[in-house]
Amino acid sequence: MMNSSDVPQHAPAAPTAPAAIITQDLHVHRGGTPVLEGLSLAVPSGMIVGLLGPSGSGKTTLMRSIVGVQLVKSGTIEVLGRPAGSPELRRRVGYVTQQASVYDDLSVRQNLVYFRRILGAPASDVARVIERTDLGTVEHRLAGTLSGGQRSRVSLAAALLGSPELLVLDEPTVGLDPVLRVELWNMFRALAADGTTLLVSSHVMDEAKRCDRLLLMRDGALLADDTVHGVLGVTGTDDVETAFLRLIERGEADLRPRDADEEASR
Amino acid sequence: MTLARTFATAGRVLAQIRHDPRTIGLLLVVPSLLIGLVAWIFVDTDVFGDIGPAMIALFPFIVMFLVTSIATLRERRSGTLERLLSMPMGKGDFILGYALAFGMLAVAQTAIAVSFAVWVCGLEIEGSIWLLFAVAVADALLGTALGLLASAFARTEFQVVQFMPLLVFPQILLGGIFIPRDQLPAALEAISEWLPLSFAIDALQAVATDSESSEWIVAKLVVIGAWVVGSIVLGSITLRRRTA
Repeated sequence: MMNSSDVPQHAPAAPTAPAAIITQDLHVHRGGTPVLEGLSLAVPSGMIVGLLGPSGSGKTTLMRSIVGVQLVKSGTIEVLGRPAGSPELRRRVGYVTQQASVYDDLSVRQNLVYFRRILGAPASDVARVIERTDLGTVEHRLAGTLSGGQRSRVSLAAALLGSPELLVLDEPTVGLDPVLRVELWNMFRALAADGTTLLVSSHVMDEAKRCDRLLLMRDGALLADDTVHGVLGVTGTDDVETAFLRLIERGEADLRPRDADEEASR
Repeated sequence: MTLARTFATAGRVLAQIRHDPRTIGLLLVVPSLLIGLVAWIFVDTDVFGDIGPAMIALFPFIVMFLVTSIATLRERRSGTLERLLSMPMGKGDFILGYALAFGMLAVAQTAIAVSFAVWVCGLEIEGSIWLLFAVAVADALLGTALGLLASAFARTEFQVVQFMPLLVFPQILLGGIFIPRDQLPAALEAISEWLPLSFAIDALQAVATDSESSEWIVAKLVVIGAWVVGSIVLGSITLRRRTA
């Protein structure tokens, strides 16, 4: 599984598990500017895969493309064996946007009841996800009156409705205190143990160590696609942040030869 | 598209509004207050008898247009629309759910406005009060439907607020309130023939003066209904699951 920081764009790691997500030569423009330019990667199923990279590296755009709400210029994305955005996938994929996308003027329970009805999930799911995200004490409060961490847990709870096979989580731990962050990662681990695939983005490098595999992104390109061990081994360090920086130094020449200078000056 | 999702959405929108009593109060009372103000302005003349019916067309139409367009834009901005469209939510379910919820509010609002105009402000209605109510409700629904459509083309709050003067004001100016439509310059008169609010104002004035047959008024109602359905269909077509 040691792999490929040399030509990661064209040779994603061949994982042992079947892939939950496969993108090939993905080109995506967001708001008129190119964000992803020929991205190819694979996310193996049943694992926690960390999507790491600085702000603006294309993480959200990639996630939006995977859940099928992003216009894609060219290339293919296959999710759970179907083209991304297939109607059938809308039940099998849970998506949590970076900002908590919940109705502030509804109670926690009302939010979840509504999303459950849209998904057609069993009625018992509401109580299950409230328990799982530890929102029982605030379930009758309006989402708008909750703390930031509680609101993002409501958003996460909504994504857990219907027990999707794939969870796409955009920076789910941002703004959470360390205790909550640990609790959330424990929950992600439990979900993965149940067979759920999780694609979790973060720009906090120390969260990387909790993932089974890492996708390191920069400027819309893949710097590495490997296990945590692999990334640390290849770069000869024991710290993901340092590994990331070394990969950037090393990858500069062959990964982004054309406009490296321009990008660096941003 | 399924009825369950449409009703779930309508119920959710109403639940949101229930948590906002001030909005409910404003929605139900503001058109009546404005009609009362117009009646007061013209208390010593008989102008209110002429323009009163048009006021019933105007204020609920404007209020429903604004409220609906901002509500759906808010959904777009808060990320909840993106979440819904990544779920098995039909675009028609979404638009129709909103139309249903705000349509119910429009009925309540119109009932109050018509009652207020007739029984408090003394607006004389020669024709059937039920027909008056039917036209007024259709007109408020038209405001809702056009608001839904407008919000599909607005990206920001600033834009959506300006759709009001853009889409609503010309209809008011050409609707025959300031000057009877047949006295407009020919080109403007031709345009006014096509504007949905003109049909509503014509119909309300006809009911007030009992100057036309009920078939004639029902024909106007059908045209307004076609505009409502057309706007809702167009609104759900223009709603994009994938955005750039």
